[in-house]
Amino acid sequence: MKKLLLILTISMLLFAACAPDTNNLSASRVLNVMTHDSFDITAELLAKFERENDVRVNIIKAGDAGSALNRLILTSTAGASEADVFYGLDNSFLSRALENEIFEPYQSPALMHIDASFQLDTSNRVLPINYGDVCINYDKAWFAEHGLAVPTSLEDLTLPAYQGLLAVENPSTSSPGLAFMMATIAHFGEDGWLDYWKQLKDNQVVIAADWETAYYSNFSGSSGKGAQPLVVSYASSPVAEFIYAEVELDEAPTASIVAEHACWRQIEFAGIVKGTQQRALAEKFIDFLLSKDFQEDLPLQMFVYPVLPEALLPDEFTRSSQIPEKPATLDPAYIAKNRELWVEQWLELMLSN
Amino acid sequence: MKRSIWQTLLLWVLPLAFLLIFFYQPLLAIFRLVFSAQFSQGWKLFRWSQITKPLAFTLYQATLSTVLTLVLGLPAAYLFARFDFAGRKFLRVLITIPFILPTVVVAAAFNTLLGPRGWLNLGLMSLFNLSAPPINMLNSLSAILLAHIFYNTSIVIRMVGSSLSRLRQNLPLAAQNLGASPWRAFKEVTLPLLMPAILSATLMVFLFDFTSFGVVLMLGGPQFLTLEVEIYNQAVNRFNLPVAGLLSIVQLAFTLLVSVLINRSKQPRYGKAALASESSGLREARTRWEKIFVIVMVVVLLLLMVTPTLSLLTRSFFTFDAARGERGELKTGFTLRYYRELFENREQSLFYVPPILAIRNSMIYASITMVLATVLGLISVYAIQKSGKLSRFLEPLIMLPLGASAVTLGLGFLIVFGGTVLTQGRFQALIPVAHTLVALPMVIRTLLPALRGIPENLRLAAKSMGASPLRVFREVDLPVLFRAIAVSLLFAFTISLGEFGASSFLSNTAMPTIPVAIYRYLSQPGALNYGQALAMSSLLMVVCVAGSLIIEQIHLPGEEVF
Repeated sequence: MKKLLLILTISMLLFAACAPDTNNLSASRVLNVMTHDSFDITAELLAKFERENDVRVNIIKAGDAGSALNRLILTSTAGASEADVFYGLDNSFLSRALENEIFEPYQSPALMHIDASFQLDTSNRVLPINYGDVCINYDKAWFAEHGLAVPTSLEDLTLPAYQGLLAVENPSTSSPGLAFMMATIAHFGEDGWLDYWKQLKDNQVVIAADWETAYYSNFSGSSGKGAQPLVVSYASSPVAEFIYAEVELDEAPTASIVAEHACWRQIEFAGIVKGTQQRALAEKFIDFLLSKDFQEDLPLQMFVYPVLPEALLPDEFTRSSQIPEKPATLDPAYIAKNRELWVEQWLELMLSN
Repeated sequence: MKRSIWQTLLLWVLPLAFLLIFFYQPLLAIFRLVFSAQFSQGWKLFRWSQITKPLAFTLYQATLSTVLTLVLGLPAAYLFARFDFAGRKFLRVLITIPFILPTVVVAAAFNTLLGPRGWLNLGLMSLFNLSAPPINMLNSLSAILLAHIFYNTSIVIRMVGSSLSRLRQNLPLAAQNLGASPWRAFKEVTLPLLMPAILSATLMVFLFDFTSFGVVLMLGGPQFLTLEVEIYNQAVNRFNLPVAGLLSIVQLAFTLLVSVLINRSKQPRYGKAALASESSGLREARTRWEKIFVIVMVVVLLLLMVTPTLSLLTRSFFTFDAARGERGELKTGFTLRYYRELFENREQSLFYVPPILAIRNSMIYASITMVLATVLGLISVYAIQKSGKLSRFLEPLIMLPLGASAVTLGLGFLIVFGGTVLTQGRFQALIPVAHTLVALPMVIRTLLPALRGIPENLRLAAKSMGASPLRVFREVDLPVLFRAIAVSLLFAFTISLGEFGASSFLSNTAMPTIPVAIYRYLSQPGALNYGQALAMSSLLMVVCVAGSLIIEQIHLPGEEVF
């Protein structure tokens, strides 16, 4: 017994000893950055920012994009804001953030290089940082093996040939699920989208609660080896399959259907949190997010695309990712007004028997 | 007598202060905020069916799950408390593992076993030359029930088992000698004596099933809505705060109601002498029926409780990826790649978690939780025992944290403690506190039946011979309570190891735990990430087994290791 305790204590001390300290603990100032769980950055890049500005950047990961934003709104409203900068707000949540007035405007000099179509908030309370597309991924080998043509439009998915082959996420519990639902609304219009889903339902579309389940349990192209060769995921997922493959591949095992309106464009924004005591540092951090260094770091760390035109994409991306030419979008204010109703209607149609 | 009232009040101070500060205060703060005028537009689309529908399903699935868990758990508790067989101790530890696994991992484990490309379907397909997987269990009520049994059977085994092993066997034997059939002896002697422990276990299992979140979301699929899932939906996905608040209140009210009902149910009055301090001996199965019982139970437990984790473990050593252009023919092979990759930071990511660090962090939080919950629990059970009728009101207050959803409490924590010492710096003191809130009801429910079994006359005798209160505790109470304390430590330790809800709310990036690291891998596409998540989960299981084995070794000098 005593021996065991001793071993336990010693091993704990050893663990403690090998824990690396990456943070710049000697810095006199702290900048709190709240973001979602998928945020990632090359360690050295952030360390460089910390050294140059004599600051320790404390990254607060606050769940998925929706959870993180809610946490910011609630804590700010209660006067207990934890963050100086928020990063990771996308266009489907944009109105929720702007209505609750939690950001301060900042006219970053970097904005002038960035395409106007990304700048959805004209008063610059939130600034675009990156974008990505929610698309239907398909399992290349499955379609080759079954001698079936890959669907080339949203309409194709209702054909009998594709019966039971598509897995989607529930828009009320999953952000890619919501994105795909909105793509169908953008394409078929308010009058036609529910009819389309009715046809998908008749064609035995499979519904999962979240992306993890849809991708790893349902999709045949992932390592979960599920039963559906079509899944709602991201345009960059094939790149990740390529990079994180177990055996080196010549090309990605999956690809995206990039037909007109088959993909939903997600733009991610960052903003300075209202009432911050670190306004100058927060501005520096936003400029950093829009700098060439960070913009070029984005693709491999978070599998998204930079908004800065001069940022170069890594090889893996130019080889196996597709950027849809005509992604679907909707006006944020229009989304805010109707999202609740759309989700209700979708649930009513798809999940009631 | 007056002095003893003050003593009782003194005992209540610490547990109540803990709950008031860390549970009731944040809870009130979050309710005040979500019901404030600012968010009142949420009521616009409100219908009562938004409450009643999830409530009805929650009660239905929780009742069904609890009954099924008892059906498996009670005979299993009997098995472990009575019979000695090869590998008994190891099996006992193995069946604790499910209890600690984060739901993401359990979903992955079930998928590796029962999924369309799980071991079972692959086996059946190659055996009968089928082209499609024959079993489709995911996304059904059966998957939810199976997962709940998988999770909670060990609660019944541990709680009832610890009482059962202290039960003097000569009593039912005496009844049989007096002419009672073994069934009647069981029904009229053994069962009533076990009732407090069985009720405790039933309450705990029911509450865990009642507030189940990940299992329902990930295994049940989108058509099943429990209160907890709907709270998360309304709060996070729909940002409808008042409706989320109302749902939380309903869930808390039902938690309270169930706790009160179970507390009120007739507690049998039994002679205290029926419970022995020393464990009554284990023996080998003798008769044919006993042998059949042992074999059947071991096989059932292995199938239901061990195969999913085993399948996860083996899957973390196997590669499934077909070589280029050969998709369809699944090429399998042994690999250590996933484990090697765990130690490699491929993209120099800031958030790469070295496995050693995650294990260390989890161990630190789990050790603190273990000590905090057991100490508070011990004080609480003495307070409860001394306050008689009053405890009927106070005890359910301690159970209430089980009914608070992670979202509600997590946000409450942030509002009240955000920016204070408790949330700043690398070490997040609130994490062991949150884990303790969940572990405390469990600890109390484990200790209480044991404490109530101590004959008061023993204490009085010791006192009259001049023993100090401390000595009475050490020499009379402790030997009886010891096993229950060990079980409490184990529960608190494992609850903390596997807990993900509160950790994901509170964790900062400086000290990620193992479940946080697992989730990090599972949230990215790519075969290697999937494999690493499985490898990390396997490490979590190893840590749990190691921890459990060490805790099981704790025993009083002279006591046989149980």
